[in-house]
Amino acid sequence: MSGNIPSQVEEILSTNRRGFLKTAGLLFVGMAAPDAPAADAPGPYPVVDPRKLDSWIVIHQNNTATFYVGKTDPGQGTGTGFRQLMADELDIAFDNTTCIMGSTDITVDQVGSGGSTAMERDSLPMRRVAAEARRVLLEMASARFGIPVDGLAVSEGVITVKADASKHVTYGELIGGQKFNVTLSGANAASVSGKAKTKTIPELKIAGKPMHRDDIPGKVDATTKWAVDVKLPGMVHARNVKPPYACAKLTGIDEASVKGLPGFIKVMNKGNYVAVVCEREEQAVKAARQLKTTWEKPATAPFPSSEDLFRYLRNAKPAAGTTPLQEGLVGNSEAAFANAAKTIEAEYEIPFQGHTAFGPAHATADPSNGQMTIYSNDMKTYGMRRGVATFLGMPQEAVRVVYMQGSQGFGRTAAEDAACEAAWIARELGRPVRMQWMRDEETAWDTKSPAFLVKMRGALDAKGNLAGYTYDALSCDYNHLGYNEPDTTLIAQLMGQRRAKPAAGSAATPSDMYAIPNRRMNGDVVALPAIWETPLRTGNLRDPNGPQAAFASESFIDEIAAALKADPVEFRLRLLEAGTGDDSGFRRARSIAVLKAAAQKYGWDARPSGKPRGAGKILTGRGIAYTFRGQSMVAQIAEVEVNRETGHVWTKRMVCAHDCGFVVNPESLRTSVECGMLHGLSRALHEEVRFNTEKGTSVDWGSHPTLRHADVPESMEIVIVNGDPHPDRPDLPLYGAGEACLKPTMAAVANAIYDATGVRIRRVPFRPERVLAALKAAGV
Amino acid sequence: MSRITLKVNGGAHTVDVDPATPLLYILRNDLNLQGPHFGCGLGQCGACTVIINGAAVRSCILPASAVKGEITTLEGLATNGKLHPLQQAWIDEQAPQCGFCQNGQIMTAKAMLDKNPHPTDAQIRESMNNTLCRCMSYNRIQAAIKRALEKPLGFQPPDTAERVVPLTHGAASGGSRASKKAVVA
Repeated sequence: MSGNIPSQVEEILSTNRRGFLKTAGLLFVGMAAPDAPAADAPGPYPVVDPRKLDSWIVIHQNNTATFYVGKTDPGQGTGTGFRQLMADELDIAFDNTTCIMGSTDITVDQVGSGGSTAMERDSLPMRRVAAEARRVLLEMASARFGIPVDGLAVSEGVITVKADASKHVTYGELIGGQKFNVTLSGANAASVSGKAKTKTIPELKIAGKPMHRDDIPGKVDATTKWAVDVKLPGMVHARNVKPPYACAKLTGIDEASVKGLPGFIKVMNKGNYVAVVCEREEQAVKAARQLKTTWEKPATAPFPSSEDLFRYLRNAKPAAGTTPLQEGLVGNSEAAFANAAKTIEAEYEIPFQGHTAFGPAHATADPSNGQMTIYSNDMKTYGMRRGVATFLGMPQEAVRVVYMQGSQGFGRTAAEDAACEAAWIARELGRPVRMQWMRDEETAWDTKSPAFLVKMRGALDAKGNLAGYTYDALSCDYNHLGYNEPDTTLIAQLMGQRRAKPAAGSAATPSDMYAIPNRRMNGDVVALPAIWETPLRTGNLRDPNGPQAAFASESFIDEIAAALKADPVEFRLRLLEAGTGDDSGFRRARSIAVLKAAAQKYGWDARPSGKPRGAGKILTGRGIAYTFRGQSMVAQIAEVEVNRETGHVWTKRMVCAHDCGFVVNPESLRTSVECGMLHGLSRALHEEVRFNTEKGTSVDWGSHPTLRHADVPESMEIVIVNGDPHPDRPDLPLYGAGEACLKPTMAAVANAIYDATGVRIRRVPFRPERVLAALKAAGV
Repeated sequence: MSRITLKVNGGAHTVDVDPATPLLYILRNDLNLQGPHFGCGLGQCGACTVIINGAAVRSCILPASAVKGEITTLEGLATNGKLHPLQQAWIDEQAPQCGFCQNGQIMTAKAMLDKNPHPTDAQIRESMNNTLCRCMSYNRIQAAIKRALEKPLGFQPPDTAERVVPLTHGAASGGSRASKKAVVA
């Protein structure tokens, strides 16, 4: 146990070597069955040094490689993508690699996942270290054969002397089981680099090819072990007892109400936080339901009801201490309105929407050896480690997070709650604790995507041009939760911990490249009356605030096009082509490319939207929306059937043109985009958090509905676009792909409903009763 | 507490539990069959689905004492080391995203096909409609079901060796030595 490699890494390496022998080519054997208990790594757990090549890559004697990366993959295929890129740079067969992600004691801190940064940003240091490993191995072979490196060739982990093919050596023979002992340059995981250059895009052979994701077999044959599956000797089960009202104060606990229950161990309480612990899981569920507690309601209502929310927002002032978001100011929009031939105004309403992870919050905490090990599906395990350590007042080195698979939360686990709860109880009891929330807790008390009220105005000049444009958003996002922050996690709030200055939260402005001569965009954050201990805590949900802004802006552009009797695709192209400048990512050129690609794939029928209504029960129409996230461009077309008798909307066909630069794995990109579009459709058609003036009333899949099988379009088509002006350039960038695909969907569907019915729906979601009421009001 | 014998995946297990205990907790915690997942505890989402007497059943709301018949879980679908055609189709179509719901999707699809081997698209949507997925992998799931249907009668799953099988698919799922030990213990 010497040299540069962290001890925990070295331990897992030996396990992995055994694992390779056991698992190669076999389906039903999972990852290595470990030979030693977890207590083998009793801690402390020093931070893994990203500047050591050995922290990232290990070559085994059987000429296989294990990659260690500081990312997490909740099911979009980034883990497979990392393997493709690193195998390419290392020059080793894809099948001879594996990738370990996210556990804080054995991987470098690359923050985990979020923001669609996996390929765009965090794959870059992975490629650099893999290229460096290849360089070092070539130098070793050069020394062994006494031949300069340029006299050697390497393919699939075998280095051959070019002039004498009988002379060859494998990576495993050169370094298998030993350390590189190479120190990288750079200050942190994002900037580390060796001396080697990475390959150009045309040189990549594995990246760019469709590959089956490596996590899928275990998920269909039940061999994947999930964070919810963890069992530890002596482990007990905990369940929370949530306040029955927002901001309620606990006034009493009648422990006698559960004391006689089989398996009962303890009621845990501090401040307004209450949980029960029992030997068995079903006992904890029962005890949490049966425990009698008394609570005092707050003196004033913590929030308006969901029915009154937008009335409240219309009268709300920006939260104290927040700064308006002002972006993209061009010309003088007020002058344009003063000179306008016609002014168009509209307001758009997007409610709170839940993360509603399919599996409620969960974590298992083990306090053995005076340390704290957390088993979690947290997407940002490294932040969780720091958060738990601070919350418990433990040194960071005493805490580790073991990353395991869990249900996708689209940002829910960035502000995870169960780990601090499990860890606190585990430390109090001195036993491993498995904490899991119930469905009503998760749906009511998870983090929410903020409600938005957006006011938009357009000034049309006498020639029918869009001369002026204003966008004013109010985002109900004050005290937005950070990433696993020990002073905003729910247990901390309930225990009475308050940070002095709540997070300001954020609004958002539209993401488009429209050239409008006079334009002003503004976003403000407003607060609800109560910001602590409420179920309306806001947190990042997949492309935070992007879908809300895009729903307003892309609906409004459609309204302008309709007012001008212009085809919606042609009108958008006109606005894009009115500008001539472009940015370094060629966003203007690529915006035009995705719009054209979507229209072509769909077979777009160019005409103004709001077509003559048919006489039948079913009205059909098509709508388009375009936007981008970061440098990933997307245009989406929805074709809907609207039932004029019931208000039911079925999106019959969806087309998406998607440009995220170089695509590492076209197969997993297609599935991720497809699922992202349907997530957008779910938010468009179903999702809204409901509450009265005391508590959340969305508590399950009935009261916070989600998309279902019957909602799925008959046809979903995805066009992968490369709209770069130099599409074959060797430095074609990789951009993010996890989020952009859902951003325009709500607007595309609303625009299609307008085309079908002539009725504009400016309030999300488009549930049948809302659509029907709008149709009736319009006399449809 | 009382002793209850459950027949699962061809074996019999006797447990000593509160007879009102939902079957799900016994499968997961006592029998180590963790294919079925807890999603809602209300019978709404389907994550906990098992097959009993040919019917897809929500094990999160089924008291153990009410179980009558042989239980099949996701672990029991493969035979002689070969995946069930639906499982293979799930891989071929790359159906899961996070995969947490897929137990329910696969088991519900199996129960449907066992009763109706040639469902129409509409029947697939209807039969699957109460089995939820928050990653929205529905389109892939429906494609996987249809792919399984396309196989001729008497279809045998392909030799697993023909497929690209990652060396350690569990490892890429973010496992580590400690975590694996924890769940094997």
